[in-house]
Amino acid sequence: MSTLHTEEMTLNMGPQHPSTHGVLRFVVRADGEVMREAIPDVGYLHRSIEKIAEKVGYHGFMPYTDRVDYVCAMFTNQGWGMACEKLANIEVPHRGEYCRVIAAEFNRIASHLLSVGAMAMDIGAVTPFTHAIREREMINDLIEELCGARLTFNYMRIGGVAWDLPPGWREKALAYLDHFDPILEEYNALISWNKIYIERLANVGVITPAEAINYNLVGPNLRACGIKWDIRKDIPYSVYPEFEFDVPIGDGHWGKLGDSMDRYVVRIREMAESSKILRQALQKIPGGPVLAKVARNFKPPKGECQIRLESGRGDMGWYVVSDGTGYPWRVHVRTGSFAAMGIIQKLSAGLMIADLVTLIASLDVIAPEIDR
Amino acid sequence: MDTLVQNLIASGAFGKNASPSMVAALVVFIMSAVVFLGVAFPFAGIVSWAERRVWARIQSRVGPNRVGPQGFLQWLADGVKHVCKEDIIPDESDAPLFKMAPYLVMLAFTLPWAVMPFSSSLILADLNVGILYMTSVTALTVVAVLMAGWASNDKWSLIGGIRSAAQIVSYEIPAGLSIFPVVLMTGTLSMQGIIRAQGWAPQHWFLFANPFTFVAANILYISALAEGNRTPFDLPEAESELVAGFATEYSGMRYLFFFMAEWGNLFIIGAIIATLFLGGWQFPHVTKNVIAMNILQAITFNVKVLFLVFVSMWIRATLPRVRIDQLMTLCWKYFVPISFVNMIGTAVWVAIWPDGNSLMGYIMLAAAIALAAVFTQRVIYYLRRSRMEVYFNPTI
Repeated sequence: MSTLHTEEMTLNMGPQHPSTHGVLRFVVRADGEVMREAIPDVGYLHRSIEKIAEKVGYHGFMPYTDRVDYVCAMFTNQGWGMACEKLANIEVPHRGEYCRVIAAEFNRIASHLLSVGAMAMDIGAVTPFTHAIREREMINDLIEELCGARLTFNYMRIGGVAWDLPPGWREKALAYLDHFDPILEEYNALISWNKIYIERLANVGVITPAEAINYNLVGPNLRACGIKWDIRKDIPYSVYPEFEFDVPIGDGHWGKLGDSMDRYVVRIREMAESSKILRQALQKIPGGPVLAKVARNFKPPKGECQIRLESGRGDMGWYVVSDGTGYPWRVHVRTGSFAAMGIIQKLSAGLMIADLVTLIASLDVIAPEIDR
Repeated sequence: MDTLVQNLIASGAFGKNASPSMVAALVVFIMSAVVFLGVAFPFAGIVSWAERRVWARIQSRVGPNRVGPQGFLQWLADGVKHVCKEDIIPDESDAPLFKMAPYLVMLAFTLPWAVMPFSSSLILADLNVGILYMTSVTALTVVAVLMAGWASNDKWSLIGGIRSAAQIVSYEIPAGLSIFPVVLMTGTLSMQGIIRAQGWAPQHWFLFANPFTFVAANILYISALAEGNRTPFDLPEAESELVAGFATEYSGMRYLFFFMAEWGNLFIIGAIIATLFLGGWQFPHVTKNVIAMNILQAITFNVKVLFLVFVSMWIRATLPRVRIDQLMTLCWKYFVPISFVNMIGTAVWVAIWPDGNSLMGYIMLAAAIALAAVFTQRVIYYLRRSRMEVYFNPTI
């Protein structure tokens, strides 16, 4: 009897596919439901943002940084601000730093809410997504009061932030945090400890700590592998040393260390930690100006600098080379999503097609951040 | 039926020499048309609106509320929209099969309504193999879905079709085996016969007849959800994985046919469970008037079915989707063996108590009420603990 002739199927997942958030593309070689390999194909959202910086000058580039990672644009704002300040040795006023931290941590919560909500939706549960979006809307309302925008904030400036907190905003923010902490409990009751959900996430896409470091994973993806590395703690910047907070790491409670469930739970816990930071920041915020005096025709001295900060998607690096003119000579952004895309090819072998969706969602890849 | 035909001929509406068989056939045609066009299709449409509203409230949204009162006419608007859309048939597809698949789905959806026992008299055909007929014609869906998946000539559609075939064929087995306990207890396959063997009170329902039937009812409901492509088993059309599964290449009315069948199948799922385990249309004899009695029975039956339809919407809004291997594990490793145990257990039970054990009915009912109470208490606990404000008004 001759054996049945079978062949592998090449599937083209994306760039138009409901679960590849934004425009990602994967070339999937599949044997039935089991994947042999999923090759990520990046570059569909390349908009030359780094090159634009060389054309629009230091102040003018701030709105463009929003577009690097539109889900947590505060961090890209802050990164660009920090890089320019380091280049020109500008001291940000204390209140300005507090405003930055408050805005950024709110943005981190919003980003993680979107991430965990989209993850639940990719696994087929639609309700958690709308609940997460509902909470995110309230954060967007708060941020809108702060800077007038809901997605691309353009809130920060070189030397501080654009506007001080509006009157009464502090109380509103604290009231929101009181509302938010039980919401996390509700969210956990709604989806996190759901049996099917855990079955779908646990033991899927396991990343060992060594792999995570070798593949340059950062942020929640790295911490889920049990590595306690958070720029806010380990290379402190801004006013983070003034706050007490934990760095949640994955513990492999539901499956193996570094699986998708760990990445999910780390994000849930980080939201609680951000809430803790926000409470302290809102209590301790000092008076004073929020913006340092920076020349309108900003010309940093010749030189280069690199800064790192902990964005919603992890360690974000900004490298700026100045030639002493009003335009940077070179700007480079190092983002977490690009590295996360790299590991998908390795992890995908042997997974089901449904697991690829889980894997992409659990790595929290944002398409514009991959390509800039 | 015979008396109706006799009366019709006697009234002279069909001329003097009308053949009774022709008149009977005509009556059946008109009745089926009324059931299909007046009940089945509008039901499928209204359920699509109801499901969107129920979902919306669960997801703290508003849902469609613009077309008609509370958005009730949304389903008509959607229907008109789909009819007006271009019917795209891909060049690379196998056109005849591609065109035929939606009709086959509609066939599989309409045929079960022939044995739908709305009340003691309102049934198109009380076949002596009613429940067997119902399960076998609903299984026609697998042919249509596979046909749609293959004919689309699209890899996502193909995966969706194959998944559907594997899923429906697998879950037919526990579903069929879960019908057996009831058949063993009643000794008939007729829908009306099964309902007549039960009483109107919950303790006389087969759901509470013995522990085995209780488990069988749950397995049957879950398997029926799997056969109807409902979450958590909506793998054939898993949006986040397969774009739209087997329906990816369809558009316009053909696309709508698949989804009308899916929504209409909810009623069929509910009707099977209500008939087999929840006493069907059984209602206490409060009046001698046959018409009033029939109306009350039809209302009872529909309330039971609509409750089950609501539960399936609720499940769909709550649970994530399982993976294909987990789906198969659930079926073959758990449901099939448990179904066999149910069958044998019921057979033994019937051998010991041929007329049923009435005490068991009361015990099971008490246990079920306790379970419902615990569930309600948990829901209230979570509501109190986490939500600041609860908005109970369903209309916005």
